[in-house]
Formats: sequence, C-alpha cells, structure tokens
Amino acid sequence: MEAVVFIFSLLDCCALIFLSVYFIITLSDLECDYINARSCCSKLNKWVIPEMIGHSIVTVLMLVSLHWFIFLLNLPVVTWNIYRFIMVPSGNMGVFDPTEIHNRGQLKSHMKEAMIKLGFHLLCFFMYLYSMILALIND
Amino acid sequence: MQAPPGPGYGLHGQDYAAPSGPYSPGPGKAGPEGQGRCGGYYSGPRPGPAGLGLAGVQRGYVGGIAAFGNYHGSPAAAPQGFPATCSPQLAPTSCRSSLPAGSPHASVLAAATGWSAPLTPVPLPPPPGYSASPWSVQAPDRLLRNHAGPSASAGSSPANPVADSLAYPGRQNAPPPRSSPVMSTVLPGAPSPRAPPAGKHPREPVALGVPLPGLPPQKGMQYGDCVNNQASSAPTPLSSASDDEEEEEDEEAGVDSSSTTSSASPVPNSYDALEGGGYPDVHSSSASSPAPDHAPEPDPAPAAPLSAKVMAKPFGHGYPTLQPGYQTTAAPPSAGTFAQYPQHPGVNQLSSALGGLSLQSSPQPESLRPINLTQERDVLPATPVWAPVPNLNLDLRKLNCSPDSFRCTLTSIPQTQALLNKAKLPLGLLLHPFRDLTQLPVITSNTIVRCRSCRTYINPFVSFIDQRRWKCNLCYRVNDVPEEFMYNPLTRSYGEPHKRPEVQNSTVEFIASSDYMLRPPQPAVYLFVLDVSHNAMEAGYLAVLCQSLLENLDKLPGDSRTRIGFMTFDSTIHFYNLQEGFSQPQMLIVSDIDDVFLPTPDGLLVNLYESRELIKVLLNALPNMFTSTRETHSALGPALQAAFKLMSPTGGRVSVFQTQLPSLGAGLLQSREDPNQRSSTKVVQHLGPATDFYKKLALDCSGQQTAVDLFLLSSQYSDLSSLACMSRYSAGCIYYYPSFHCTHNPSQMEKLQKDLKRYLTRKIGFEAVMRIRCTKGLSMHTFHGNFFVRSTDLLSLANINPDAGFAVQLSIEESLTDTSLVCFQTALLYTSSKGERRIRVHTLCLPVVSSLAEVHAGADVQAAICLLANMAVDRSISSSLSDARDALVNAVVDSLSAYGSTVSNLRHSGLMAPASLKLFPLYVLALLKQKAFRTGTSTRLDDRVYAMCQIKSQPLVHLMRMIHPNLHRIDRLTDEGAIHVNDRVVPQPPLQKLSAEKLTREGAFLMDCGSVFYIWIGKDCDSNFIEDVLGFPNFASIPQKMTHLPELDTLASERTRSFLTWLQDSRPLSPVLHVVKDESPAKMEFFQHLVEDRTEAAFSYYEFLLHVQQQISK
Repeated sequence: MEAVVFIFSLLDCCALIFLSVYFIITLSDLECDYINARSCCSKLNKWVIPEMIGHSIVTVLMLVSLHWFIFLLNLPVVTWNIYRFIMVPSGNMGVFDPTEIHNRGQLKSHMKEAMIKLGFHLLCFFMYLYSMILALIND
Repeated sequence: MQAPPGPGYGLHGQDYAAPSGPYSPGPGKAGPEGQGRCGGYYSGPRPGPAGLGLAGVQRGYVGGIAAFGNYHGSPAAAPQGFPATCSPQLAPTSCRSSLPAGSPHASVLAAATGWSAPLTPVPLPPPPGYSASPWSVQAPDRLLRNHAGPSASAGSSPANPVADSLAYPGRQNAPPPRSSPVMSTVLPGAPSPRAPPAGKHPREPVALGVPLPGLPPQKGMQYGDCVNNQASSAPTPLSSASDDEEEEEDEEAGVDSSSTTSSASPVPNSYDALEGGGYPDVHSSSASSPAPDHAPEPDPAPAAPLSAKVMAKPFGHGYPTLQPGYQTTAAPPSAGTFAQYPQHPGVNQLSSALGGLSLQSSPQPESLRPINLTQERDVLPATPVWAPVPNLNLDLRKLNCSPDSFRCTLTSIPQTQALLNKAKLPLGLLLHPFRDLTQLPVITSNTIVRCRSCRTYINPFVSFIDQRRWKCNLCYRVNDVPEEFMYNPLTRSYGEPHKRPEVQNSTVEFIASSDYMLRPPQPAVYLFVLDVSHNAMEAGYLAVLCQSLLENLDKLPGDSRTRIGFMTFDSTIHFYNLQEGFSQPQMLIVSDIDDVFLPTPDGLLVNLYESRELIKVLLNALPNMFTSTRETHSALGPALQAAFKLMSPTGGRVSVFQTQLPSLGAGLLQSREDPNQRSSTKVVQHLGPATDFYKKLALDCSGQQTAVDLFLLSSQYSDLSSLACMSRYSAGCIYYYPSFHCTHNPSQMEKLQKDLKRYLTRKIGFEAVMRIRCTKGLSMHTFHGNFFVRSTDLLSLANINPDAGFAVQLSIEESLTDTSLVCFQTALLYTSSKGERRIRVHTLCLPVVSSLAEVHAGADVQAAICLLANMAVDRSISSSLSDARDALVNAVVDSLSAYGSTVSNLRHSGLMAPASLKLFPLYVLALLKQKAFRTGTSTRLDDRVYAMCQIKSQPLVHLMRMIHPNLHRIDRLTDEGAIHVNDRVVPQPPLQKLSAEKLTREGAFLMDCGSVFYIWIGKDCDSNFIEDVLGFPNFASIPQKMTHLPELDTLASERTRSFLTWLQDSRPLSPVLHVVKDESPAKMEFFQHLVEDRTEAAFSYYEFLLHVQQQISK
C-alpha cells in the first residue's frame, strides 16, 4: 500500500517538475521577447489550477498516509500556491496578468518562484523515490 | 523585387528582440519597430509564414507580406493583400494613397517655417580634421531592399541630375554654400591633431549649426532639399518643408522649399526657441520650458557676419572639438542672452545653469544652496517654475530635447545604483512624445540610419569616429555611415554627415519606408458608440455631441479613405447602415446581446466623403430618435464587443459615450460605492476594477489596433475604475463629467463642448508603437500611462494623441563609471491620419555624476513629483491608499534626510533642503490633498478614480497644474513685466502661495487649476474692478453662476481678458471659468485648492514641515 502511495506521488511529482520547467521556459521566452505578454500569461494561467490541485493531492495523500515529515514539508508550498490564487485582484486575468507582468519586476519574481518550485519538486522527487524503494523492499 | 520570405520576418523578430544578438544585415531585416514582435504577438512563439503580422493578416490579409514586397514595384499586386471584409472601394484607394509614404525618394523634408538665427554666436574651436578615412563606396545594402533596380546609382554622387535639376530654383535665389569663396579663407586649415575625438564618451562635439554666410536668416522661411539616389521618378514630390500638420502639400512645398533652401539655416540652437508647443501664440512660459528657450532670435544683422566666420572652414573636414577653455568662453554670451529677457527671471535656474557651467570653480551652485524650510516663509517663486537645465556644455545643451517633451527626474544621473539609493530620489522619465509642435524637422530618406545592434536612431549625441563611421551613444557599437547620409541636403554639400538634420536636432520625424509596415497603412476609422438609454436622454449629451460632430465633420483628421460609423445601445444594440445610395440611414437592431453579431457585413463603417449626406441626416436625427425611450438598461459590454468586431479588420478609434452603470450582458457591473465611506480616513476600497472583462476587451482591441476612448457622463456612481480599463490598456483616453446635465449643469456642458472640439480635431496617430531606449547600464522597469506593454521596452499604442503623457521608472543596472553622458531615446512609430508611416524620435542627453551633492543639484522637483504621483496611484491600487500616502511622505522624509546627512554641519538647525528640492515638501503636501489621494474629505469614488486616471495619463505640464494650481492676484494688473504675444500685451501677475492668508477681501484672485479656472472675488473688492472687468455695479449684483468675462472696453478688462486668454491658449483643453463670490457656496471648491492651509483632515504646510522634521530626527 505504502509503495502505491509513493509511486503515485512520484508520478505526480514528475508532472509538477515538468510544469515548473514549462513555466520557466515560457517566462524566459517572454523575457527574451520571443512571445508577447498576452499569450505568455494565457498559457501560464491555464496551468495554475492544475498545478495547485496536483500539489494539494500529494500533500493530502501524505497527511492521510501519515507521513508527517513530507506533509509538513509540502504544506508551506501548497499554502503559498493557494494564497497566491485567492489573492488575485478581481480585475486581473489570473495569477499572471499581461498588463502587469512587465511592471515592478514581476517577471523576475515569477521566474524566481518557478525556479524555487523546481528545486523543491526535485528534492521531493528524490525523497519519494527513496521512500518508494524503501517501501518496496519492506514489502 | 525581393519579396522577403515570410519566415524571415519571424526570424527577424528574434534578432531584433535580443539587441546584443547577432544582427544579420541581409535585405528584409531592416528591423522596423516591433515588426517581429507583432508576428509573435498574434501567432505564437515561432510564427510561420501564415501567422505573420497583425491578426488582420489572419483574417483577410493573407498574402499581405507578399504584397508588401511588391509594394512599390507593382501597386496592382497590393490589393490582394486586403481584407475581404473591407468595402470594395477601399482596397485600391488605400493602396494608392499609402504609396507616398514609401515612395522611392530620398528627400529631406525640413519643417522649418521659423528657423532663425542662433541664439548666441559661439566661437567654434578649430576643427581637428580627420584621419584620412577610406572613401570607399559601398553599395548600401539596405537601399537594395526595395529598389533593387535603381539603386545601382546609389553609390554615385548624390548630386545626380535629377536632384540638381529639381533643386535648381534654389540656386537662383541664393548662392549655394559650397560656391562661397569666403568660407575657406577666413579660417584656413585645421591645425588640430588628426585623431578623432576621444571615443571614450559619446559626447559628440557636434558642430553648431550656423546660418549660411551672407544670408540673413529669415523667420518663416522654409528649407528642404533632396538627396535622390534614384535616377527615375523625377516628377514625384522630392521634398517638402512642411509643418507637422500640412503633410499633404508636398508638391507645392517642393517648389517653395527649393527657393528658400539656402536662406534658412539648420540652426539647432534656435530649434528649442521655436518649439513652443502647438499654440503659436503662446510663449512657453506657460509650458515648462527652461528660460533659455524663450530667447527670440537675435537681430539677424550681427548674426550674419559672425556666422560667416564660424562657417569659415573647409567643408568635409573638421568636427569641432571642445577645447578646455571652451565652456568658460561660451558662458558670457549666454549670460547676456538670458539677461535680455527679464520676464523670465527664473533666477535659480539661471544661476544654477550658469553655476553648472563652472561647477569646479564655484563649489556651491545655486541649486545646492541649503534652505531652511521651516524658516523660509515664501518658498514658492513669483514666476512659474522652469525645468532645470542639465549641466552639460553649451552646445550639447542647445541640442538637447525640449523639457516639454522629455524630462528626467534627475538631470544629473548618478553613477551607480548605490548612489541613487543614497539620494533617495526617484529616477524616471516623463514623456510627452506626441506633443503638438510648431517646428519639427521631417526627414524622408531611403535609409533611416540606425545602430545595427541596438537599433537606436542616429541622433545629435552620437560621435563620428571619422567621416565614414559613427559610434552609437547607447550601446557604443561602431557603425558605418551609409553613402546616402554623406550628402547633406540642407547645405547641399557632401561629406558632412554631422550636419544632417538628424544629427542637428534631437526631435525629428522620419517618413518611414515600407520596412516599417506590417500591412498597408490603415485609414482613419472612427466609430461612435452612444448610450441612448433613458438616463442618457435625460442628461441630453447627444445633442451636444451631434452638434459638435456636425461642426467638425470636415476637420476630422484623415484623408480620402476616412471612414466613420455609429452605433447606439440601450438594452439592445442599434447599427446604422449609411451605405452610399440609401436615401436615408437604415437602422438595424440586434437584440441578441448574449451572442453579438454584425447585422450586415458592410455599410456600417462608411467613407466619410461618399456618405456625407447620410451621415449629416443621421446626426440631425439622432438626438430626437430616442427622446421617449423608457429603456433604462445599458448593455455596454455587448455593444463594445460589437464595436470590436466592427473595427477589427482595420483598427481605428472607438469613442464610447456612457451615462450609467452597465446593467446587461457581458461586463455588467454592480454598484460598489458605499456613500458613507466617502470621507473615511481609513480604508478606501474598490479602487481596482471589479471584472477583467474590460481589460480583456481592451487587450483584444489593442491587438487589432483599436483604441477605445471613454466619455463618462454620469450623475451616479458608474464604476469608473472598471470602465477605465477599456481605455487604459487600449491606449485610449478618458473623460469624465460628473453630474452632467445639459440644462442643470451648463458649465459641464460647456466643458464637454470644448473637449469635444479638441478631441475631434486634434492630431491622431494610428497603429503606433513606442520604444524607449537608454544607454547601456540603465534599464526601465515600470511604465505609466495608457498603453499595453507588449515586451520589455515596447509599448503598444493603438492610437496616440497629442495630449497623452507617459512615465517610465528607471534603475541603474550597471555602474556608469566609464561614461560621462547617458542618453535616452524614444521612438514613436505611427500611421498619420493621412496614411503615412512616420517615426518621431526624441533624444535626451544627461550628464553622469559621482557625488551626492551633484545629484541633488540636478534634481527636477516637478518631474519627481509627477513620477511619485504615478507610483502612488499604482501603490494605492495594488496595496492601499494609506500605503500610498505613507510612501509619499516617506519620499520627502528620506530625500531630505539624505540631504541632511551630507550637510552635517547644518544639522538640527531646522529642516534643510537644497534649493533644487525646496518645493518638494510643498508639492507632496499638495499631492496628499489632491482628489486622488486625500482622505477625510468627502470624495466620490469615481472622482477619485478619475483623478488617478489623469495622473497616469496627463503630461507633466498639465499634471503639475492639477497638483499645484497657480494663484494670481488680478485686480491690480499692471503692464510691468508684461510680455507681448501677437501684438497683445499680456500682464504677468506674480504667483501667490496657495494659502488663505494671501487672499484679501479687497482683492480678486485667479486660480489656474489646469482644466478649471476660478476667479474669486473678495467681499470688499474694489468696485472699479467689479464694474470694469465683470460689468456689474457692485459686489451684491454679481450672479452666483458666472462663467464668462464680458468684453468691456476698459483697460482693466482688456488686461484681465488678455491674461486669461493667454492662459487658456496654453493648453489643449480649454478650461472652464467659474467666478466665485466670497460667501457663495461654490467657494468651497475654490478653497479646497488652497493646499498650504490646514483642513480638518490634513496638515497645513508648516505642520507638514514639522511632521517631516520629526520623522527625520527619529
């Protein structure tokens, strides 16, 4: 059972890693002017909710399967994701807003955030991998 | 003809996007502004051939690119690129009329109707001469792009037969300069070293323009000439000396200009003097030009011999360099120039300007003089505050861009970000790029010379390394001077690239070639979307609008292709088919507002000239068509969607008139204002938009080159913060008339009439993009204004109007230690209403300084305040109003404490400020009491949001008057210090500080708030004044509502009216006058502008100073 939990987490984590890489690529495309703000933001906004759900599922799964350490590790990141989503002003077109992304260094902070998430997910990936192998051996 | 392959454009976008990336110089890569970007914009990251260009391409411009390639060669091929949705007669017409823009001629048009002699005859140092540079004749590859055939002759001497024969009349009138024998004799040879000027800094010792010898400069003369690289096509207009507005008269001006060519002179230093804004009557003392700008041209007689001496050097040699003693020798004449004009006493600026010249010798310039603000009672000078003059040497200063168009908050740029942080002053630019100009050199040239790596346009501040190479002043790349550029059409001489008008003027306009087009230039298209619900009929704006439109129908900017359309809406949407041939307009009603469609494919936007009669019929009928309507709902959202559908094939301008909260369909809004919270001191909510519908719509519109202008005429809350989005992101403009009613509120109606007149007739640019570039090391991070930031430095402006201002925040990324000058350049690429593609380029040059004192000395307090106001608006929307207010106070506290720490010896003796910043606390206090940021005083949410919109989009001059109005006492006007404008004597009463202590019961005062004038009449006002100026026997008989001064035949009346007219002429939107009697209820409106006084909720000026001082000492 434990192995199944971690195999699922591992897959989910892979998806999140890919998503982070996609965010980084799209944002750097915008930085280099390969795409314009409008299409960049509409691309990214599409994936904000899937990312949030994907990450929440793992976190809840860890809580349910009583892996306290991993749960607590994930909690702040999930909270940040949800907070960011809720705090979008009503007039904005999503977490990424084409009219503001070039203002006040928002692009840089989005980029930084995506980088940090990528690192975090990579860390999680290896943790899940280790736990999965451990669980398989124990079985 | 080489039709550039589709992918080339997409590829190009990438090249262009990365300025440091490799630049491939092949044909088709000329890099128009944002061209590649547009491709990416609509079609994803890697545009394929089909996805090129504007979305119009996708809709109907398929094959448009191919058509561009053929554009010149075979106009017949062009129509295939036109949208199928266009009315059939449009396609050929638009193609034809857009030809001149890219016509294969290289002519320099110089709009110089008023070129005059230089201000000061400055002796030129001996020219250094150059190292013998290779005079290799390279085939300029960019010339080949569109003119593969004829450009075979491009390498030959520009003085080809065509050019000569056309320019011939000029020779008859005046001898061409190169034939003058005087010149090579007076100052023979160039003794200086052969080395080029030190290439370390981009300071280009550009030669001062001087009049040609023996030819007295004449005011009102025009010049223009041509370089013609094409052997063919002689009869087309080669040159024109045109005023900005008169682009049409190419033919006529071509002849005219050649006769005047040699007599006018490319005098750069008189350029500023002439460039007083779009209102010729006005001397720019009302605008914010620095004092030196106002010097009229000196007597031509002495100027001519002097200039002969100056010009006396061999052509083709010599870039005058600055000699050590140059600055000091140059100073005395300029001092003399200043002193001649006592009506511009700007003493601080004058002395700071002069002090700046010799900063080393005098340790403390005037702008650094410490002032104890708590002890100095009158900080406000008696004359309007001028922009500080950058501390540059004299010839660079003369070449620099007018502060009316381009201003920086720090006229001395700190070397490092650390130094900037230490100064605690905001760094940014204030732009007014499309300002009405009376003088503007217009240049037509095959090759627009630009830096090959950063795409900067050549400007007065580049340095010529030798005759064939120039060094970019923004990225320091060394570029080749194209062959065409070697010929100077103004002097008709060869080998003087540094004398070209591009290098002599920091504000120029280029006629762009087809390289700068993604599609044929669009026609002027105007669509009016009018609210006709019951509420709108009650307000009665429709009659005013229709009347104004009828009056100005002929003055709408445009050419023969101009199109116009009308839509009205209540709970349904009404279209009007005005197709030529109908006997009367046909009204089509679409009631399905959930899925809007266009009832007929054509006939909704019609040619103004072909359907003129029908349009007039409609405009006469409209005000009475809906008088009995009972429909109270307003489906604004669906109407806008329909307007977008209607406009998207062409782009253009949509003018929306709305009178209430939209209540039906997409984009409906709820009332969010709580009237009890209007005077809350704590939280002001709902400053941001309620829905993203209008923002999305605006971005869609912006993508289709459509701007939405909003006229909100409402008596109740209409959620302007949401509605304003439609204009803010589509580069439109916003007008708001609170409690508008055609009979109950005549002053608002008058204002609407005046605004409409200006709105309908002012210049307009379509499908514009603006790019701001700055010297390597500086970077822009936040933009303010109405536009969409398409990429890091590219602003997408569907429309540009002359009343739009912009602001940019800057940061210093890399240390600027290895340069002594930095430059900023804005390039605005737009389609004029005549269907020409034009680029207006402004370049500003500023010195770099390394000490905190110099940074303080160069601070421009007005620019800083305007930038802070913009930042505060952002802050109040993204965070909260109280945060924004705190930030404003902190800005003063921080900058003054930063200054205080530099003058530590004077510490604790009071609140010290350098003279350059002495108005800073006053202006910040004024800002805190402005409608946008005030708390505690009852302010309607829409009023507040409108004030914020104005802060974001107004140019500096207007914004400054809005923040800090000018108060004058007008009951004792004298001719002392008066100025003469058009044979009229305009008295110049001194400025009074905005405090009730200055108001005396015996006086009458005029307050100039930008868009409103108040005349306050004291209770015991001199009865002579009341009788002579107002035309009433005594104070009691003055009516409560009075909006005009009668034309009385008395000296006092004449003086007052002349002063008032002079003020009114200085601004685009004619202000409304209110005569306010003391004791009348309207006086509260007047008194709320007295910012130095204490109110229940806000500090007085003195209290504010004490508060700041307390904060500093904490």
